[in-house]
Amino acid sequence: MIPQLGQAALLLALAVALLAGTVPLAGATLGRPRWMALARPLARLHFALVVAAFGCLAASFVRNDFSVLYVAVNSNSTLPLGYRLAGVWGGHEGSLLLWLTMLAGWMLAVAQFSRQLPEAFVARVLAVMGWISIGFLLFMLLSSNPFERVFPPPPDGNDLNPLLQDPGMVAHPPMLYMGYVGFSVAFAFAVAALLGGTLDAAWARWTRPWTTAAWACLTIGIMLGSLWAYYVLGWGGWWFWDPVENASFMPWLAGTALIHSLAVTEKRGAFKSWTVLLAIVAFSLSLLGTFIVRSGVLSSVHAFATDPKRGLIILVFLAIVIGGSLALYAWRAPTLGLGSRFGVVSRESMLLANNVLLVVAMLSVLLGTLYPLLLDALGQGKLSVGPPYFDTVFVPLMVPAVLLLGLGPLAKWKQAALPELAHRLRWAAVASIAAALIAGAWAGHISAGTTLGLWMAFWIVASIAVDLWQRRGQWQALPRAMVGMLVAHLGVAAFAFGISMVKSYEAERDVKMAPGDTAELAGHVFAFRGVREMQGPNYDALQGLLEVSRGGTLVATLRPEKRIYRVQQTPTTEAAISPGPVRDLYVSLGEPVDQGRAWIVRLYVKPFVDWIWGGCVLMALGGAIAASDRRYRARRRESQAGVIAEAGA
Amino acid sequence: MKGLRFALPLALFAALVFFLWRGLSLDPREVPSPLIGKPAPAFALAQLDDAAPTLRRDDMLGKVWVLNVWASWCTACREEHALLLAFSGAGIVPIVGLDYKDTQPEAQAWLARFGNPYTATAFDGDGRVGIDFGVYGVPETFVIDRRGVVRFKQVGPLTPQVLEQRILPLLKELSRG
Amino acid sequence: MARRLVAMLLCLAALCAGAAEAPPAAADPALEARMLRIAAELRCLVCQNQTLADSNAALAVDLREQLRTMLRQGRSEAQVLQYMTDRYGDFVRYRPPVQPRTWLLWFGPAVLLAAGLGALSLVLRRRSRLADAAFEPDNDNPAEEGNP
Repeated sequence: MIPQLGQAALLLALAVALLAGTVPLAGATLGRPRWMALARPLARLHFALVVAAFGCLAASFVRNDFSVLYVAVNSNSTLPLGYRLAGVWGGHEGSLLLWLTMLAGWMLAVAQFSRQLPEAFVARVLAVMGWISIGFLLFMLLSSNPFERVFPPPPDGNDLNPLLQDPGMVAHPPMLYMGYVGFSVAFAFAVAALLGGTLDAAWARWTRPWTTAAWACLTIGIMLGSLWAYYVLGWGGWWFWDPVENASFMPWLAGTALIHSLAVTEKRGAFKSWTVLLAIVAFSLSLLGTFIVRSGVLSSVHAFATDPKRGLIILVFLAIVIGGSLALYAWRAPTLGLGSRFGVVSRESMLLANNVLLVVAMLSVLLGTLYPLLLDALGQGKLSVGPPYFDTVFVPLMVPAVLLLGLGPLAKWKQAALPELAHRLRWAAVASIAAALIAGAWAGHISAGTTLGLWMAFWIVASIAVDLWQRRGQWQALPRAMVGMLVAHLGVAAFAFGISMVKSYEAERDVKMAPGDTAELAGHVFAFRGVREMQGPNYDALQGLLEVSRGGTLVATLRPEKRIYRVQQTPTTEAAISPGPVRDLYVSLGEPVDQGRAWIVRLYVKPFVDWIWGGCVLMALGGAIAASDRRYRARRRESQAGVIAEAGA
Repeated sequence: MKGLRFALPLALFAALVFFLWRGLSLDPREVPSPLIGKPAPAFALAQLDDAAPTLRRDDMLGKVWVLNVWASWCTACREEHALLLAFSGAGIVPIVGLDYKDTQPEAQAWLARFGNPYTATAFDGDGRVGIDFGVYGVPETFVIDRRGVVRFKQVGPLTPQVLEQRILPLLKELSRG
Repeated sequence: MARRLVAMLLCLAALCAGAAEAPPAAADPALEARMLRIAAELRCLVCQNQTLADSNAALAVDLREQLRTMLRQGRSEAQVLQYMTDRYGDFVRYRPPVQPRTWLLWFGPAVLLAAGLGALSLVLRRRSRLADAAFEPDNDNPAEEGNP
């Protein structure tokens, strides 16, 4: 009954999406207010139906309804309730439904929070998003139906992949999709503007909060994925430049470029065609990511469904949506004006230089990710492109970007002078280099690499300090957009600091420990107390116990485990971590040796590693603060005039 | 021309779609062998049957032959075993087995139970020879020509299609020359 | 006093009796570190999305042992990498070799950067040479001057 309801909800949603994609769009072109006015109610109805479908799938998981094939494949009666709910998005079909639900949510948000926008514009935006929804609904209904049934229903399910049975994995996909899919709003804004034929600074002002909000969600989504990898995968790594990780990072890079480019377009009405292109590209990269994960074209540890048939459908969808929008761009962009003047050296030009760096970085990641495919398709053999390539190429691009991060906020709009900037920042430059050297010496050793990495973090902080000092007396009156910017940039500094410290000063030891043995690492003493057997709800485990002391006092008790999940018989290694503001203690259990009398244990002390994810949280927080700036909120008086003006457009 | 550069993103995207479409028919996990066209690695191994003398690569010079890497613990090897027996029975070329990372008793029992298609079986207990051959997914099958050069490698179980469309024509060609 | 001393010594002895400083897991930690550094740049062919250093597949364990042996024999990192590519092809290296077929990969980013910065500077200079009439009026709001 419930699965059938869910199925019906999806079919109805498709019908509503078809209406939403056509009628308001026609209304905007033909100037029919009543057709345009249908856009918002249709978006609300669409949301209700999609959420209903999602609810039906969730209910099927909770009720252990194994007649639904997707539930049978991804769940089990011994699976704890929380993970049964997370199982809704644990596999290909369900994650598509999550994608669609996020899209429906963003459509609802646009319908609700766009009172100040012209009706024709809103009609077009919702229509474009409606078309994306149609694509996903068709894809699901034709090839990846989460409500497909299996008769007779199996007595129990296959269980959720043990790697996904974890709070981090529960939160990661929803946040990630909220971000990815959120870029569809900027995309729709861009396409709507190209369709309407006019694009001005006001358009940029409308687009900014939506883009920044999506960007903040994506930042958290990527952060959660990285954090999960760190504490689940057992080897302490947090970024592997895996194709699917790159698939989420590329839209992030394009999105970061976009939020900065929007600043120039809002301020000067300039570089409109570039900003519009970025908006199209950011969402296109989100769609490309969807393709990469599900088509089997690239080998990845994350890959959902490696099915070339499904891949073909997504590729066709991509070609239509992205190809169509890029064709529209090629046609309409030349008509967009130049905006107003600004100097060759100015805050605007620095923001654009930042854009060049971020876009080149994004293209480099794209190149590295797709290169194996490129060579293979050209018959040039098989290659692997991994962390050594990306680290070599990406970091040098970020150094000038960080330099600009310090210079930009202090540069004047319209016309700035480099000598003056240099003069203002001279103490910041000296202080940041000194701080980098001092921090390096305190941490253990100094080298060119460590100094560069630490300098990047200190430079940002120093330049923010100079900026704030210049504005002393106005701190109470700083607009949220500025506060958000400062917080986000501080986040970048924390992020850079964490990475530099961990990469340069991490301490590691692999030791053989019998109960009672101790090992010393970075001023900490790790005492091994042995291993015992224990049972979890759906797994059996061997749990080690280590007590860590520093200067004689106990600072942490760590319990690393080796688990076997009963249903799938999959072994996993669960590292034990003691997080802290200045270091993480990380212990992982290896294999037993000496006939089980001793164990291989891997010990790590990772300085400031949590600053990596803390930095990401600050970045997202900064974005949220900036997006809530007063000037983005509804100006009712303007909106009425806008409606009258647009009705004729 | 001013307008043309706005079409550049579309053109680049079209190229991207083309490569992605091509990618759908490729397998990113398949690793081609760098040994093709190069001499097969030399080896001198004891045979599974203790009584038989040491088996060397050079013993097979002058003949076209097939090397099949297998193990008693390998479940996929059973999938191709019937095909191998039929192929060996046809007597086209000698099939030499390379027993990879196995134990003698289990390997011998496996052959006794499922049939022995090999004219001889080399015993590679520690897997060193397997590494030299670039083995990573047992079962693997190599076709080696009269001069000892590797001409073909199949990773994974042999299928009738691979046998008929790739291996048999190659063997015919190599035997002629 | 003497009794306290004896008690303390007995306690110390008890503490030391079972507890020992744990030996390193590897026989030669320096060699192990070198081996792992090389293995971190190699791809495990069985679990194809892990490095050879991290994978627990049987082949990975064997190959790591093979790397240790080669390093002990005094072979250089280049020779070890050559050994691996001779058997498994370039696919096994996570750092693609610089060859004509990878020039685009390795030099592409630098070329893109030069092109991007060049294009930006060209566009900015061209804009600065245009007459005021080509631009739209500046709707600058002085109240938002400092705003990002």
